Amino acid sequence: MRKVLAVALKEMRQASRDPLTLALLLGIPAAMLLLYGYALNFDVRHVALAVQDRDGSAGSRELIASFTNSTYFDRAADLPAGSNLDGVLERRLARAVLVIPENYARDLDEGRRARVQLLLDGADANTATTVLGTSSAVVADANTAILRKALPDQQLRTSRVIDYEPRAWYNPELKSTQFLVPGLIGFILMLTSVLSTALSVVREKERGTMEQLRVTSLRPAELILGKTLPYLGIALVAMGIILLVARALFAVQVRGPLLDLFATTLLYLFGALGFGLLISSFADSQAIAFQVGSVFATLPAIFLSGFIFPIRSMPRLLQWLTYAFPTRYFLVILRGIILKGASLAPYRRDLLFLTIYAGVIFGLAWFRLTRKAD
Amino acid sequence: MAAVETRHLSKSFGAFKAVDDLTIAVEEGEVFGLLGSNGAGKSTVIRMICGLLAPSGGTALVEGVDVARDPEEVKRRIGYMTQRFSLYEDLTVRQNLRFFGGVYGLRGVILDQRQAWAVSQAGLEGKEDLMTRSLPGGWKQRLALACAVLHRPKVLFLDEPTGGVDPISRRSFWNLIDKMAEEGVTIIVTTHYLDEAEHCRRIALMHAGRLISMGTVSQLKQVFAGRAVIEVSCPRLFEALDLFERHEDVLEASLFGSRLHLVVPDAGTGQRRALELLQRSGNVPARVEPIVPSLEDVFIHTIETEEASRTRGEQKPTEKAGSRVQRGVP
Repeated sequence: MRKVLAVALKEMRQASRDPLTLALLLGIPAAMLLLYGYALNFDVRHVALAVQDRDGSAGSRELIASFTNSTYFDRAADLPAGSNLDGVLERRLARAVLVIPENYARDLDEGRRARVQLLLDGADANTATTVLGTSSAVVADANTAILRKALPDQQLRTSRVIDYEPRAWYNPELKSTQFLVPGLIGFILMLTSVLSTALSVVREKERGTMEQLRVTSLRPAELILGKTLPYLGIALVAMGIILLVARALFAVQVRGPLLDLFATTLLYLFGALGFGLLISSFADSQAIAFQVGSVFATLPAIFLSGFIFPIRSMPRLLQWLTYAFPTRYFLVILRGIILKGASLAPYRRDLLFLTIYAGVIFGLAWFRLTRKAD
Repeated sequence: MAAVETRHLSKSFGAFKAVDDLTIAVEEGEVFGLLGSNGAGKSTVIRMICGLLAPSGGTALVEGVDVARDPEEVKRRIGYMTQRFSLYEDLTVRQNLRFFGGVYGLRGVILDQRQAWAVSQAGLEGKEDLMTRSLPGGWKQRLALACAVLHRPKVLFLDEPTGGVDPISRRSFWNLIDKMAEEGVTIIVTTHYLDEAEHCRRIALMHAGRLISMGTVSQLKQVFAGRAVIEVSCPRLFEALDLFERHEDVLEASLFGSRLHLVVPDAGTGQRRALELLQRSGNVPARVEPIVPSLEDVFIHTIETEEASRTRGEQKPTEKAGSRVQRGVP
């Protein structure tokens, strides 16, 4: 144990002296959270809306108000009747144009269909889809209000309508940061722990110090533990930093038990550190270790984990592939604990997979690194 | 019991035999040199004895302990230092010493004592907090040595310890080695600096993985008993080499930097005949003098004899195999 500590202490000293490593381990997670938290924002709010109100009636103003009051739309421009609408979307003056034709209010009053047009910038399909959804909801609400007003009977006005109240639990405002933070944690922990262990072992191989260590009475097991424990500690600190930043900036709170959260994370980290060690047992240069780590650990943690791209909408083959990487299971548990306030109990299956992964990978790495010289 | 012993030790990498049936025994407290040109197999031998490389055949014993059977026990008894200073460049002198002390299982007062000892031995007093990266080569090398002997090993392996270090540092390094040998540490060193071999009590000459000669320096020089070595300098060196190679009175001719060394049966006659030959071919001004054979002469002579005996039958007898070998040593 004393020798493990000697290695761990040395590892910490080297890490603390190397600004790059330190940045990789502590700075980058926080920076990434900021970047992804703000940049990877899928929310569509305050869409710039240009309005051409050819009717200019109380009714048309009411419709416009229901758009702007929803907070999904901001009234960005007013286009005079008869002006050319083509340039508005092209010059990106607005993302959508609401056109209310003449006689809108009169048609309604006289019991005819009133027509309203919405022009959308479809270049960004994701945003367009969302805008389409919200605009339909706004118009549906307006329709209900108009119908109710038209009904003669007081009683009918307040009932006989479906009062549709959808609620998104755990993330009522459907903010994407709430959803992204757990994924970010899974990705960052994978990145830092795989690369830090792999690089730290391979660096010793490159510089020849590994050979020096091998002639000392330091046992391989002691070396492995001494190399793993500091990075485990650092990764947990990084996790703490992410949670604090997420709370301060994005109001993401851990609703479930912290103990369960850290226990799961520990398990996940063992798998990740084991994978780093496994890479180091094959790779002879830091460049190769970096490449292998990126391709087989970091990329799956982004693309095959449900971090950004929902697993359910992937092609079947890729869906199967996600089962081979631990981040998938980790994210399910993490979202449960952080967003839903769940404990580990409902996630036994995912926990089991995480345990198997950690065991197999760490075992393989252990086997490769402790076998005799050849 | 020998401090270090190898029996029929061999190592092949595919078809290449790096070490071929090596049997040596090194006594306790001896400074034992492994000499040979690059690729002769010296480092491979040391790496096998230290347990860094598994032999393809044969055994290696350190103080009677079989490396294959109990590598951990062997590692407790040995120290190892290579030409590539295996220190952590991004740690200070003190941190390197503490770390290696730690992995050798030293602690508390003993670690403090050994650390102080190592610092004074390596002449690094007051430099404990310097970054290892910033030390000059000679200091790094002494620090590497200090790190390798922190745990008081009974046997110390030095694999080309003075590569790339200036002569003055090399001398002070060898003073350290001599001192340790006096204290009873067995030292096995590989080098291709032949002047360093003079520090060794005994020397094993290796060539192409095989042991070709072993003994003290004066024993090795016995190969020239009954013969003499003369040194020739003249303007057209290669022409002269060709001339002497074909001459029946010259047993061996080889290039030695800007001179030729000839092995002849008798110094006086040899000197006279060589001078005559050169004058007759107009290769003048020429100088021919008998010299005391150096270890280098021994080295080249032994290798050439070895090569000749090995290739005999494959080549024409008129051709003196390998006699055009350049100085195999710097």
